[in-house]
Amino acid sequence: MIAGLDDLLSRSAARWPDRAAVSTADGGERLTYSELERAAGSIRDALARHGVGPGDRIAVCAPKSPASVAAILGILQAGAAYVPVDPTAPAARGAFVIEDCGVAAAIVAADLLAGLRGAGELELTGLEPWRKAPGDRAIEIVRGPGGEKTRDAPLAYVLYTSGSTGRPKGVVHTHDSALSFVRWCADTFDLSEEDRFSSHAPFHFDLSIFDLYVSLLHGGEIVLFGEGISKQPTAMAAAIAERGISVWYSTPSVLRLMVEFGQLESYDWSALRLVLFAGEVFPVKHLRALLEAWPAPRYFNLYGPTETNVCTYFEVPAEIPADREDPFPIGLVCENDRGLVVDEGDRPVASGEEGELLITGGTVMSGYWNLPERSASAFHVDRDGTRWYRTGDLVREAADGNLLFVGRRDRMVKRRGYRVELGEIESALYRHPEVIEAAVIAVPDEDGVRIEAFVSRTDGGKGSIIEMKTFCSKELPLYMIPDRFLFRPSLPKTSTDKIDYQALARGAS
Amino acid sequence: MSDAERILGEVKGFLLEQFLPEEDPAALTNDIALVTSGVLDSVALVKLVAHLEETYGVELEAYEISADFLDTPAMIAGTVEGKLSERAG
Repeated sequence: MIAGLDDLLSRSAARWPDRAAVSTADGGERLTYSELERAAGSIRDALARHGVGPGDRIAVCAPKSPASVAAILGILQAGAAYVPVDPTAPAARGAFVIEDCGVAAAIVAADLLAGLRGAGELELTGLEPWRKAPGDRAIEIVRGPGGEKTRDAPLAYVLYTSGSTGRPKGVVHTHDSALSFVRWCADTFDLSEEDRFSSHAPFHFDLSIFDLYVSLLHGGEIVLFGEGISKQPTAMAAAIAERGISVWYSTPSVLRLMVEFGQLESYDWSALRLVLFAGEVFPVKHLRALLEAWPAPRYFNLYGPTETNVCTYFEVPAEIPADREDPFPIGLVCENDRGLVVDEGDRPVASGEEGELLITGGTVMSGYWNLPERSASAFHVDRDGTRWYRTGDLVREAADGNLLFVGRRDRMVKRRGYRVELGEIESALYRHPEVIEAAVIAVPDEDGVRIEAFVSRTDGGKGSIIEMKTFCSKELPLYMIPDRFLFRPSLPKTSTDKIDYQALARGAS
Repeated sequence: MSDAERILGEVKGFLLEQFLPEEDPAALTNDIALVTSGVLDSVALVKLVAHLEETYGVELEAYEISADFLDTPAMIAGTVEGKLSERAG
């Protein structure tokens, strides 16, 4: 009986104790299912010794490794929810997440601990060091600020995404909403214990839910592409071929980089049979180039904000007509969810009309952590009491029933698959001592979108782009740093004296 | 001009043209951090490496494509120069 995500591990460990469960992309580290279960169990026991358990949240801030996978699973075994903290983001952001989520404990790579302690007013008292094996890099279990235990349906994880008000917000998923997605994957894709699943996305990114748990469900091997290799297309392509990855899942941006720089013609791709992508639109010209380099696998476009897991899917045809330029649809609503396209008054639109996509069903989040008003406004409750998540994405239903992505209702953009709230970048820019006004826009280009920041400074002049970017890197994750900075003596205003974004967009090059 | 200076000048010119349009060239000092400071993102780093490999006929190992080897203009030029002299030696 599978009641929680951690049961996926115990079931596969009972059935396939000696099969590889998780390894690094270079093959240097590897744990079998029984070893992974034992490592997770020792984390669970350590947490229990310190009184951490059901209803608690526990942060994980460590580079991707078999040990950090064991940490996540140990937290779940303890009945707690895990909260992944981006180890590459500024420590202040990590400290904010730890504080905001009221974690009872945090599992932190030893070399990141000082930064987190220094960034907030967090004590993070050491409880005990933990090692998967003697000689491994040290991980510290530390006490967090703590907070109320949750009592409702058991939470599995909280993923923090960019927030429009300038602070990240935590998307809360239960074991049920995660398992609904995992089971849908098992029903939709033909997978087995022979599969090797890539884990390219970092654990704070929701693509990781597929990588970890769909692999564990099938008894497959999770092959971890860590922070270094995941940005190096040549090394990445070599590892996919050499490790015999059969299921690849990433953003289109990563696939594009591999087509362009990965020297894909140099390898044998016979193991690769399923390629999934999500997170942003895949320009057809680049998708076509990918299909030429990797002709054998099946390709699926998966869609869904973090709040819904995956909620629509579309299989890319094996042949893409040479004259096709429009991106492929986001497809049909997954069988375990229902979708509705509505106008601004939440009334369903006629088929073929543009409207906002609402989603309800098994995969949808319970709400945002500690933000009751934001959570309430994220849902439309219909007359039957059904809660529909407002995706904020504008779509249109094609004649064949597939949904086409049209655009956004708000100021959220997708850059290399990551959600970026332009308002959060502006909040960071306003913290710069020389900045009087800041406005950020997203400009479509052939790489997806480019983020342009218009800034006026106290001296009215031009600042250094290097200096501005360096400042941003201390305030924001790297993927949110604007591509361009444009300095203006002042920013254009509307008649109501608000920054005139339309004028900025017209003036952008 | 020594080889080292020539490589450094070319690298800086490439960085300014490709990734820092409108930047004051004087702001791009030899020792300013570019990777750890977010000035170059991962895609820019990949493009820089492709440029170095093509221009100088060198090949960078995966571990060298990181801030440890390529954080500043001086480090970028030094990494290329090391490769060239390894080959010449």
